[in-house]
Amino acid sequence: MNNHILSVGELTRRIKSVLETDFSNVSISGEISNFKRHSSGHLYFTLKDEDAQISAVVWRGRAANLFFSPQDGMKVIARGSITVYEPRGNYQIDCISLQPLGIGELQLAFEKLKQKLASEGLFEHENKKPIPQYPERIGIVTSPTGAALQDMLNIISRRFPSVEVILYPVNVQGTGAAEEIAEAIHNFNKFGEIDVMIIGRGGGSLEDLWAFNEEVVARAVFASKIPVVSAIGHEIDFTIADFVADLRAPTPSAAAELVVPNKNEVAENIINYYYSLEQYLGYTIQSHLETIESLLKSYAFNRPLDLLRQYSQRSDELGNSLERTISHRFTFVQQHLDSLHHRLASVDPHQVLKRGYVMVHKNGKVISTVSALLTNDEVEMQFHDGKRNVTVSQ
Amino acid sequence: MSKTPKEKKDTFEYSLRRLEEIVESLEEGSVPLDDALKLYEEGISISKQCIEKLNSAELKLKRLSKDAKGNFELFTEGTNE
Repeated sequence: MNNHILSVGELTRRIKSVLETDFSNVSISGEISNFKRHSSGHLYFTLKDEDAQISAVVWRGRAANLFFSPQDGMKVIARGSITVYEPRGNYQIDCISLQPLGIGELQLAFEKLKQKLASEGLFEHENKKPIPQYPERIGIVTSPTGAALQDMLNIISRRFPSVEVILYPVNVQGTGAAEEIAEAIHNFNKFGEIDVMIIGRGGGSLEDLWAFNEEVVARAVFASKIPVVSAIGHEIDFTIADFVADLRAPTPSAAAELVVPNKNEVAENIINYYYSLEQYLGYTIQSHLETIESLLKSYAFNRPLDLLRQYSQRSDELGNSLERTISHRFTFVQQHLDSLHHRLASVDPHQVLKRGYVMVHKNGKVISTVSALLTNDEVEMQFHDGKRNVTVSQ
Repeated sequence: MSKTPKEKKDTFEYSLRRLEEIVESLEEGSVPLDDALKLYEEGISISKQCIEKLNSAELKLKRLSKDAKGNFELFTEGTNE
């Protein structure tokens, strides 16, 4: 290979052959910068450390396998092969896999997203929707095969079986899980016919739960018009979705308990209402009876027959309506009214007048004492069969 | 878009709220007797309906999916009996 002159293309092809042979399987660690998710689904970014940098790409098919969303500043381990792009004379690493350098990197990403969303107000209390007390239809976004689903179904059917549960099956980890969950939330909103939804899964590692720490899920939860209860992992696990959700349940089982009331407690309340109805109606009837009684007492002396007619009619009305609902109370009312009628009859002044007594009125008022009359007063004497006007002579 | 928005009066929640209202107005005691009797009848019938609903039903599980045209379909799944 003396002074043989190569074309650019030949040189590039040789470089390509050397690089792609020698570096067909490398693992490198570095920090992500200039991260871009192209509309085609491919991911482009630069990996760098203090000394150098290298372009990197993750093709769409592999990008879907990532359990997390890479972002600027995140330290990762990229495994893949070096490829040379001849038209530009560039080399880059074509990543087969990408992993956070350590759990600390995920925690960092978590904190960053949490701060970002918090500053946008996604966690604000005033944005939380109330959870309905008696849902008729409950949507669940979870894995159809997970234990979490069975736990929730068991608890719901034990506590309040008269509901409909609508499952939207998704992958809760791995390939595209976050996007599936977000789509499920959107679709439940388009479907619209549920009162509340639970999104969740059983316990797992930070990586397993990661889909619920993705921005796309947080945005979907926030955009949901239907109240969302999050039920992710164990009590100690907090995900971004938990912060955005309208209610965070510590576990899927707890979510089921929060979403439906206990049927026995509800039944007990209803039975209490039932007894209260009886009791208050009893009070109402009693108080009406007392009113009748006091009316009879105060006016009986002046208009007894008229009142008797009125109350007899009233008692018929009362009797009719009472009979329809509670016959024993009807009897009570009837008896009570009968006895009032008797008492009323016994004080009927006409009965007394027939026996020879006379009722004296002065200026329309009944005179019951001699001291109320003066000499020359005009008074009216009422007999059982008529009236006479007389003048007091002495 | 949701197809037929559910008539709110059909819901358990509505019935319970109505029952509460009835009990409260009877408790207040100022309702005329005829109205009180009507309220009582309504209240008794609502409590019976609610109890029946609580006792009769068995959890229904369905699965939501979209067909090729993007329409939603509900499939009934076996319950976990």
